[in-house]
Amino acid sequence: MSKRTVELDLATPGIDAQGRPTRVPVGLAEPDLAGEHMLINLGPQHPATHGVLRLVVELDGETVVRVIPHIGYLHSGFEKLGEYRHYNQIIPLTDRTDYLAPMANNVGVALAAEVLMGIEITPRCKVLRLIACEMSRIISHLVWLGTTSIDLGAFTPFLWAFQQRERIYNLQEMWTGARLTTSLTRVGGLMADIPDGFAAGLREFTQTFPKTLDEIDRVLTRNAVWAGRTQGVGVISAADAVSHSLSGPMLRASGVPYDLRKDKPYLDYETYDFDVPVGEHGDVYDRYLVRLEECRQSNRILAQALERLPDGPINVADPRVILPPKSRAMSDMEAMIYHFKQVMEGVKAPVGEAYVGIENPKGELGNYFVSDGTAKPVRWRIRPPAFINLSVLPKLAQGHLLSDLIAINASVDIVMGEVDR
Amino acid sequence: MNPSVDALRATFSTAIGRAAVARDGETLVCVRAEQLREVMQWLRDAPGERYDYLVDVTAVEYRDRERPLEVIYFLRSLERRVDLRVKVELDPRGELAVDSVVPLWPGAEWLEREVYDMFGITFRGHPDLRRILMWETYAEGYPLRKDFPLRGRFSRAEQVRQALAANPEAHYSLEELSIAEAYDELPRDMKERLERGERGKLPHSE
Repeated sequence: MSKRTVELDLATPGIDAQGRPTRVPVGLAEPDLAGEHMLINLGPQHPATHGVLRLVVELDGETVVRVIPHIGYLHSGFEKLGEYRHYNQIIPLTDRTDYLAPMANNVGVALAAEVLMGIEITPRCKVLRLIACEMSRIISHLVWLGTTSIDLGAFTPFLWAFQQRERIYNLQEMWTGARLTTSLTRVGGLMADIPDGFAAGLREFTQTFPKTLDEIDRVLTRNAVWAGRTQGVGVISAADAVSHSLSGPMLRASGVPYDLRKDKPYLDYETYDFDVPVGEHGDVYDRYLVRLEECRQSNRILAQALERLPDGPINVADPRVILPPKSRAMSDMEAMIYHFKQVMEGVKAPVGEAYVGIENPKGELGNYFVSDGTAKPVRWRIRPPAFINLSVLPKLAQGHLLSDLIAINASVDIVMGEVDR
Repeated sequence: MNPSVDALRATFSTAIGRAAVARDGETLVCVRAEQLREVMQWLRDAPGERYDYLVDVTAVEYRDRERPLEVIYFLRSLERRVDLRVKVELDPRGELAVDSVVPLWPGAEWLEREVYDMFGITFRGHPDLRRILMWETYAEGYPLRKDFPLRGRFSRAEQVRQALAANPEAHYSLEELSIAEAYDELPRDMKERLERGERGKLPHSE
């Protein structure tokens, strides 16, 4: 192939089909593309949108001019359903909101109901619930880490992360009988105590898990491609993060040191020794660093919780709140009456309202109950961290390339079950 | 009780209604709807208050139909680590509208859209008040209102019929179609349907 044909194949400007040089008319050399904006529809069925999120993107070339998110494809009306259910019947609904951290959601809604009813849970229950929360944080962050690394082209960390996540899922299944629909808590206690072998299994996990984190750290943190794709992308300043109501790692990556576990402690978090990682630049890379470090800190908390796990009952000793054992309900008149009243009428809450926010993996998960004195809430509101964090996506993505939009969307860490509820 | 309540009473006197401590220990205070924006601005900017973080916005309708609807703002001062809950009561027989707080906290944008979508409460001055969880042509009303039946107003058959009859292009708003410059190429019947206005207006057609 001669030099000339190669040039022809590449449609070299200034040469006609016969290979003779031609005069290029001035002003027609490049078509004017500046005014042409393209509309791209991303999702709702797209692997990089992490669920049924639909983004309508206005593009100028490859640059994102505007993002219009469309949500609601997974809307199930949980808050409406909650108004027709007893407080304990609401707990299964929370499995399905942030389904990457079901146990933490169970804890959040139980805490809110207990604050509303003025119930003080037992010391063992507190530690077990804290273990549930931190296990959830680790699996949620591992899913985030795995899927985000796939979005950015790194396949290996995905496999490592999911391998470790599987170990926690096995423990979760051991404890609750379910891998996803855990329904772990009850108002005033837990569905079940941990089984034999659980503590040993979790201890083994806490000892071996940091090795995987180190490996992921080694593969990604100083990886030129990873840093190039994430540093300086999707930046939000601390002031903007606060005014946009961001929470969780999204807020802390921008340099705002606010963590409910430290600043509004629940479940005695103030008595544990752990650090809250805070970012500096508020970009995708810092969000990655914050989440990676949070996994380490959660692991530390889990180890401490296992050390101090006290003996004793998991449920409060209040027959109006906690079901009597089935054997007693079958043989003892009083127990049977309590059993009947709880199943048929539910646990009554006093008139009033209560909001309890917990630090979920995605951010501040709030549960807000308003009661009129009956066994069913007048209003159950979930403050969905993923929904509020997602609302800043159009601002984050503006002016970036389309490929960066994928990285930014991944870094928000959304879960559509919670965004749409 | 949170000292901000006394400061509010000293500054706004009649605009401030009852105050109470909720069962979770946080203070809630009622504010007259007309003065909401001023009060919120003051709570955000006054040196001793500095409620710079809006945790949540939501609404409550009670089972007792005589009771007013409440719009609830969960405020937090990140530097002082203090929370305050501000309520606005709306008479269900009157106009369900309050001033938007999006100019104060941009994070309220989606939260107010959700309250509008679920309760039908309008936020005056909101930059983009559209339905958010339900689709734009949703015609059954406001799901979290107490007069809304749990299974929806339409029968399941009607819901399925509407879902199947929906035109795929109708999943784009007119604004989005105008970005693509696709509006002129649409079939006439779809143009007419879009122009009938269920999906808003073209920005340049006014």
